[in-house]
Amino acid sequence: MLDKIVFYLQYPFVRYALIVGVLISLCSSLLGVTLVLKRFSFIGDGLSHVAFGAMAIAAVLKMTNNMLLVLPITVISAVLLLRTGTNTRIKGDAAIAMISVGAMAFGYLIMNIFPTSANVSGDVCSTLFGSTSILTLSIEEVWLCIILSVIVVVIFIVFYNKIFAVTFDENFSMATGTNAGAYNLLIAITIAVIIVLAMNLVGSLLISALVIFPALSAMRLFNSFKGVTVFSAVLSVISSLLGIFISILAGTPVGSTIVAVDIIAFVLCYIAGLVL
Amino acid sequence: MALLTVKDLTLGYDSHVIVEKLNFSVNAGDYLCIVGENGSGKTTLLRTLLHLINPISGEILMGDDLKKNEIGYLPQQTVIQKDFPASVREIVLSGCTGRMGLRPFYNAKEKQLAAESMERMSITPLANRCYRELSGGQQQRVLLARALCATGKLLILDEPVSGLDPYVTSEMYELIAELNRDGITIIMISHDITAAVKYASHILHIGETVFFGTKDEYLNSDTGKWKDYVR
Repeated sequence: MLDKIVFYLQYPFVRYALIVGVLISLCSSLLGVTLVLKRFSFIGDGLSHVAFGAMAIAAVLKMTNNMLLVLPITVISAVLLLRTGTNTRIKGDAAIAMISVGAMAFGYLIMNIFPTSANVSGDVCSTLFGSTSILTLSIEEVWLCIILSVIVVVIFIVFYNKIFAVTFDENFSMATGTNAGAYNLLIAITIAVIIVLAMNLVGSLLISALVIFPALSAMRLFNSFKGVTVFSAVLSVISSLLGIFISILAGTPVGSTIVAVDIIAFVLCYIAGLVL
Repeated sequence: MALLTVKDLTLGYDSHVIVEKLNFSVNAGDYLCIVGENGSGKTTLLRTLLHLINPISGEILMGDDLKKNEIGYLPQQTVIQKDFPASVREIVLSGCTGRMGLRPFYNAKEKQLAAESMERMSITPLANRCYRELSGGQQQRVLLARALCATGKLLILDEPVSGLDPYVTSEMYELIAELNRDGITIIMISHDITAAVKYASHILHIGETVFFGTKDEYLNSDTGKWKDYVR
């Protein structure tokens, strides 16, 4: 088995997949804790559908680098969703559902009206579930991913204390002079960037799993925010590496294998939390 | 000049007016209790004082060099906090974020301040415990310690004893009175008029009739008269 892994590691595309996989899982888990605690889990889900719609438009326009279109559209949607999302819970819910379902429908419609390849359903499937895109990354995409990941990690570390304060108690933060709105915006934009990145790894339907499972697992076991954040990052990276290796060895789809590993990790953490 | 002066303040959401033409002032060292029936606009007034919502008209003047980020606030607990994984120390420290500006990390002075606040609330032994595992009274002490990190001047409290048992409630009131004796100005919303007249120096009653004055004036007024049984 080890021979086989060493054999595969000789190929650059496998190395790229591992690098991107580690970075994406690290980034997505960092903000996962905040999103789960702020009851924003579904914003991630909604944004991933928007990213799917944007991807479809980029494909129809035959853009060589679809990130240039997908990233701004997703970021703008994140900002809009957050603006309707604060203080008016129910409206926010409906807005997310509206935007996500709408983007999904239009994306699929556009792909069918202006087919760019003979196999439309194959294209759709790979965008939704990320089947092979992680193994077909170009070196430019890998670099883009590295740069964006570094930015996300730096932003998270620099604003860690503020993000904590705003997550724990938005009203208190605002009342004592922290610009909670600005930090909410920062969180939304960062999560949009992460989602666009993560589409390569697990596809747009499975991104939420990458964001919420490590956070939920860590919350079973740890009592401090720092402990939860660090553990969820470590767990997420390990699960992704494990998932990628399993998928290479067993020939299973990368995205769903990673999510399956994340779920197993959650179950183990849940049981450990009950025992401890 | 007074710490806080409220002039002709009209409160409400959108164009729906809840309280009209409110006038009162709070001096350094005062203990003001805001009482009134449910829906009379107590919480709206509090949120306006904290600049969380804008008043429909009128103004709130802050004197004695009181800055916006020098107000300590004890909010009611939210659903999110009930299962929030955070240690007591992390939460108390987060009271310092308002004074940090754009500086990313806490400095030694802020850590010292957090330690002192925890000591003052006698929760130092709980520093590494998880917030969600504490009792209601302990949680309130944690949030009060956090508020003390944000201010040394003015504390605004939103029903600090709701959901606490009678013993812990009186403990909480004593704690707040002690902070007031140490020179911190208190503005508190309360349902509990008995406690309000026991501890407060001034009373603001809002509702169908509006009254503002000292505790003694309140007990002799028409608004406060029926509470005579309290004495």
